[in-house]
Amino acid sequence: MDLLDKFDSTVALRDSLPFEKADPFKVVMEEIISETEAVIDGRHTILAGTNNYMGMTFNEEAVAAAKEALDNFGTGTTGSRVLNGTYGGHKALEATIAEFYGMEHCMVFSTGYQANLGMISALGGKDDFVIIDADSHASIYDGCSMGNATIVRFRHNDVENMERRLKRLPEDAGKLLVVEGIYSMLGDAAPLKELLEVAKKYGCMTLVDEAHSMGFCGENGRGIAEQLGVEHLVDFYVGTFSKSVGTVGGFAVSSHPKFDVLRLVSRPYIFTASLPPSVVASATKSIEAIKRSGNRRAHLWENARRLHAGLKKAGFHLATPDAQSPIIAVHLPDPMLGTRFWEQLLLEGVYANMAAPPATPSGVFLMRVSVCAQHTTEQIDEIITRFNRTAEKVGLALNP
Amino acid sequence: MANEQIIEKIYELIAPLNRKGIELKPDVTFASDLELDSLTVMDLVADIEDEFDIVLPLNLLPELETIEQVADAVEKIINKG
Ligand SMILES: Cc1ncc(COP(=O)(O)O)c(C=O)c1O
Repeated sequence: MDLLDKFDSTVALRDSLPFEKADPFKVVMEEIISETEAVIDGRHTILAGTNNYMGMTFNEEAVAAAKEALDNFGTGTTGSRVLNGTYGGHKALEATIAEFYGMEHCMVFSTGYQANLGMISALGGKDDFVIIDADSHASIYDGCSMGNATIVRFRHNDVENMERRLKRLPEDAGKLLVVEGIYSMLGDAAPLKELLEVAKKYGCMTLVDEAHSMGFCGENGRGIAEQLGVEHLVDFYVGTFSKSVGTVGGFAVSSHPKFDVLRLVSRPYIFTASLPPSVVASATKSIEAIKRSGNRRAHLWENARRLHAGLKKAGFHLATPDAQSPIIAVHLPDPMLGTRFWEQLLLEGVYANMAAPPATPSGVFLMRVSVCAQHTTEQIDEIITRFNRTAEKVGLALNP
Repeated sequence: MANEQIIEKIYELIAPLNRKGIELKPDVTFASDLELDSLTVMDLVADIEDEFDIVLPLNLLPELETIEQVADAVEKIINKG
């Protein structure tokens, strides 16, 4: 019995897509010219699908701090956070993030994926309930599978649907509501105020994943909860360094007085090596820079609105009625056209994400663009022009 | 063996999704017989929850393959609540 046979249908599905000149799963960035440009297959390409929202990957202070940390502390910690893997830098980073969020405690994990695994699996015990949005990121679903809680799912961003389910749960049971600030595929914002208010009415503790909203939502860039003025309703935030912060790693913050016990019980925190000192140093500098980056935030939003307006005017079918985040997603009618569109767009010199089920909600097929604060207005206009040219070449009907 | 009324109710909820016109019986499966994709199953689960005013935990779903298994689970949850 070949254990890989069960994936034959996946292989068949992939083989049925008409890629000729490029393959989205085999893109190699040969050269990174800047936050917004790379060389792919010898072609100079505008990067418009890297989640590098705040353009921090070449931040001078972050790069310098990483180099210094490499020289002083070496290439890795070779240990778990609870053994030899906690350096002064890890503690300083945790203090920086706690201060950034105005909260008491922070735990740094090795990735954002592990932060969700570690928080949800530890908080949701055997007799507890974890209530999640149907469109949650894989790390939230996997955190649920890893823990022992009963998992209750509600329709995406549907407050009333959530309340109907909360009503059915035992009043005195432990309950954790897990939602995201911005959902990564469509780029739509959660109605956090209503969701959190209702959740609190039913005695839930709340966890908000601001992976795709940290850096540019809210006055200080903490995320959608800050933007909507509902931070007092959030018990735990989860975030990542792999998007706005421009490196890799994850974190959870909270003001709960017992928060630190999670370091002793959260397996994805314990049973893995900690982040290398260079990554920790650059994350610290980057978050400090993000805090001061009011102008960058403003330019990022200008870029997002300009791209949304330009594509809408051209007649593309956009996933959101307005730019709710720097993620601008365009609906494509079917996998065939989607594949050809993605391929042609790459040949035109724009890298965007091809998003297909099961990563996308409701089985839709998307061309997902994420804009960067370092994109110039000219680059945004160029992306729009190349989208138009691509639509014409692959025969995608537009409705201006 | 699940209660007839519960099974009948579930038949009603499935009817609009039964595009191949399969004869609905207790041992009909959602995936192979009715060929429902995971998104349709998700909506169906929500409908069943609302119909019986219960919570069908996500953890249970992988084990519920046939109509009868769902009806049994629903009955158990109703009796417990
Ligand atoms: C909502 C959400 N949470 C968590 C993660 C995981 O982040 P990381 O890349 O740090 O593992 C992601 C990114 O993939 C995400 O989109």
